[in-house]
Amino acid sequence: MTGLLMVIVLALAVFAAAQIMRIYELSAKVSQVREYEVTDKDNSNQGRMMLVFGIGLVVAFFWMVATWGEIMLPKPSSMHGVEIDRLWDISMGMIIFMFVVVQLVTFYFAFKYRGRKDGKATFYEHNDRLEFIWTIVPAIVLAVLIIYGLTTWSNVMNPENEEEPMVVELYAQQFKWTARYSGDDNTLGFANVRLIGGANIVGVDTLHVNSADDFLATEIHLPVGRPVLFKFRAQDVIHSAYMPHFRAQMNCVPGMETHFQFTPTITTAEIRQDADVQGKVARINAIRQAKGLELYEYDYLLLCNKICGSAHYNMQMNIVVETQAEYDAWAKEQKTIAETL
Amino acid sequence: MASHEHGNDHAHDHDHEHHVENFWTKYIFSMDHKMIGKQFLITGMFMGVVGVFMSMLFRLQLAWPDEKFAILQTFLGKWAPEGQMDPNMYLALVTIHGTIMVFFVLTAGLSGTFSNLLIPLQIGARDMASGFLNMLSYWFFAASSVIMLVSLFVETGPASGGWTVYPPLSALPQAMPGSGTGMTLWLVSMTLFIAGSLLGSLNYIVTIINLRTKGMAMTRLPLTIWAFLVTAILGVLSFPVLLSAALLLMFDRLLGTSFYLSDIMVAGELLHNEGGSPVLYEHLFWFLGHPEVYIILLPALGITSEVIATNSRKPIFGYRAMIGSILAIAFLSFIVWGHHMFITGMNPFLGSVFTFTTLLIAIPSAVKAFNYITTLWKGNIQFTPAMLFSIGLVSTFVAGGLTGIILGDSALDINVHDTYFVVAHFHIVMGLSAIFGMFAGVYHWFPKMYRRMMHKGLGYVHFWITFISAYGVFFPMHFTGLAGLPRRYYSNAEFPIFDEIQDINVIITMFAILGGLAQLIFFFNFFYSMWRGPKAPQNPWRSNTLEWTTPVEHMHGNWPGEIPEVYRWPYDYSKPGHEEDFVPQSTPLKDGEVGH
Repeated sequence: MTGLLMVIVLALAVFAAAQIMRIYELSAKVSQVREYEVTDKDNSNQGRMMLVFGIGLVVAFFWMVATWGEIMLPKPSSMHGVEIDRLWDISMGMIIFMFVVVQLVTFYFAFKYRGRKDGKATFYEHNDRLEFIWTIVPAIVLAVLIIYGLTTWSNVMNPENEEEPMVVELYAQQFKWTARYSGDDNTLGFANVRLIGGANIVGVDTLHVNSADDFLATEIHLPVGRPVLFKFRAQDVIHSAYMPHFRAQMNCVPGMETHFQFTPTITTAEIRQDADVQGKVARINAIRQAKGLELYEYDYLLLCNKICGSAHYNMQMNIVVETQAEYDAWAKEQKTIAETL
Repeated sequence: MASHEHGNDHAHDHDHEHHVENFWTKYIFSMDHKMIGKQFLITGMFMGVVGVFMSMLFRLQLAWPDEKFAILQTFLGKWAPEGQMDPNMYLALVTIHGTIMVFFVLTAGLSGTFSNLLIPLQIGARDMASGFLNMLSYWFFAASSVIMLVSLFVETGPASGGWTVYPPLSALPQAMPGSGTGMTLWLVSMTLFIAGSLLGSLNYIVTIINLRTKGMAMTRLPLTIWAFLVTAILGVLSFPVLLSAALLLMFDRLLGTSFYLSDIMVAGELLHNEGGSPVLYEHLFWFLGHPEVYIILLPALGITSEVIATNSRKPIFGYRAMIGSILAIAFLSFIVWGHHMFITGMNPFLGSVFTFTTLLIAIPSAVKAFNYITTLWKGNIQFTPAMLFSIGLVSTFVAGGLTGIILGDSALDINVHDTYFVVAHFHIVMGLSAIFGMFAGVYHWFPKMYRRMMHKGLGYVHFWITFISAYGVFFPMHFTGLAGLPRRYYSNAEFPIFDEIQDINVIITMFAILGGLAQLIFFFNFFYSMWRGPKAPQNPWRSNTLEWTTPVEHMHGNWPGEIPEVYRWPYDYSKPGHEEDFVPQSTPLKDGEVGH
């Protein structure tokens, strides 16, 4: 029934539109108006709209920053994250400045130089000096950004540590993460998908000299202030280990090992006391309460960030950053490969 | 200069006068470049409807993941039982939306339409160098479109591994349903698409180099033609690499080779493959994938150059710098692909190299933006719908290009890679700019294509709703990206931390629906004007380029008599010493007048 009604309404709408266009055609014929020609009135209306839009765009931008600024990730909880955020702020400041100026100028020019029948444009082909300036100035600004960016990148990817980093493997498969800790020798035992079987879910070579003290975990625990070197493996398709609170991400690729290293600087307990985070949690819990969902407690997260199949959207693991003592206590409770396999 | 004398080519004219056309040779297997351009346009528009409609469906899912929508079941059938979308179907929609928009709409639909329509008309040639190849290029494209659409209906669903179809996900039918028959059809379709694109591109290059009319030096070419030429060169150099990537992927899927596969256990099954690397595929894919961005963007920028100059009634500012920046962008586009791969595990040193080359692209891009803006300065701007879309393009090109400075910087990319920040960036800089360029082109050259005028008032309404909703859709995505929301998530309900961005998702979806529906205005205007619009005058926008010297009624060979000779560049607008504010390229220089 609704289907039939829809068809009738649609047919009537088409009929009405056809009638309106017929009237328009006839009146255009009578009055000899060529609708497609741009009149002074069009120019002045559209020019004004352009100006209004330009201002509106910039105002809307700042409104979004003011309103949605709080949903952004909280301050970084890793050493290199601070450095990345500093580069971010500088780059962002520059591009926001350029965005505002260039948008306003574009739409202002569109308004200011809106055409008139008796108007005349200025014949202005080129100006080498001007063009030189706006080639060289971006070049200098970008040179600075490139040098700063490359320095940061190099610091992030090749960090110099005083301490030997703790080695942890993150193993990705559809659609779950498993962590493998390297144990007392801080060296991972050899592993390959061909060795998977039974309880040996990540394919550890149990005979390998370094594997006995390795242990598996379903939650990542990290001691604060100690560099950690993550080694990534994938079992089936490409996944990506995304730890946004630490400004860390690396793909997990079948057939090869990738790695990423960072030093967590804020424990989970500490970040939960952070004013921004508490505000965030309060807002989220207000929403969840209204929906009747269980309340949320803030945790660092590992997400999968490379499309990996149907449940890609729910491939996650918690990360707990704690004091060395808390970590040691946790690690002691874990069962090593030697004990489980 | 290399130019071609066509004036005495009587045999050619003669041949066409007595050639009897029937429905098949005129509309279907046409070898006339104008008709082929229109075929590309209509096919591209149809694919555009499919692509945009898909995005509206998955936006419904993202805004209201818990709600059930009858419309979803109507269109998706078993993939949306009781109106609840299946996660696999969500991924399929995202994948095919990307594929269709990038390749079928913005590559074939944009470049195919306007390269075909404008190259012979603007350089003063009777047709493309090879009309037959040109026809083949369209029919390869049409066949690939049909196969892509057919893949939507296979049992296991269409390809779902994202438009980049990274193996092993795309190589293993066990990994997801979409990697079955749907993926095979995707590869077959893309193979045909690439073949068609290569035939077209070779033809464009040969035509532009060889068939320019007398006086049409390279430095007198309209910027549209420069853009089409460089686009075609990019296509010829990069598409074959994608073809090889696709063929190797097909071997891995069908013949058991291990180009991209190694040490894999999927769905409990251990595979024999050893020694391959998915990173190899990523390199091959992005070696096309990045130039592809400019294959999409350059024609739009070329069209904008033409439309902005014509409607500002001013020469394009810095003509030579514009050509230089097109060439610089094209060159650089071949050595930046690695910026899509900063966190794939590639050697960090390579990351440094690609950061360096990527940020360099900002320089010629900035020059282009500043030159557009200076062209507006002290103009006498005529706000045709085409002009509105062109100014819209300048705005989105700047807004989206600037965030490229963030994403191209490897250190900053770490944390926003594959988030909605990226989705916002490339939709604004590439999607919106290119689609605005395409709209500008349609409004501007509609009279040349269909001999009638489009309705200006409807064009205005179409532009403003489209422009506002475009920003409304993609600007807020920067913020959800900065909240850490990964792209290609079927739902973010599993992560309480994303609960507070759900309102933004709703806003985005509302703008997406508004923007999508606004295209109905365009379609009405397009088809209504095609049959009922007022008859086009010879040169409705008072433009300088050669296409406006051809008769309004289409004919084979474009000009009834000799092809006009060219005496000046195409941008003599409001030149002092001339009565009119435009001087067509075919007007000889006056005594003592200096060319540009």
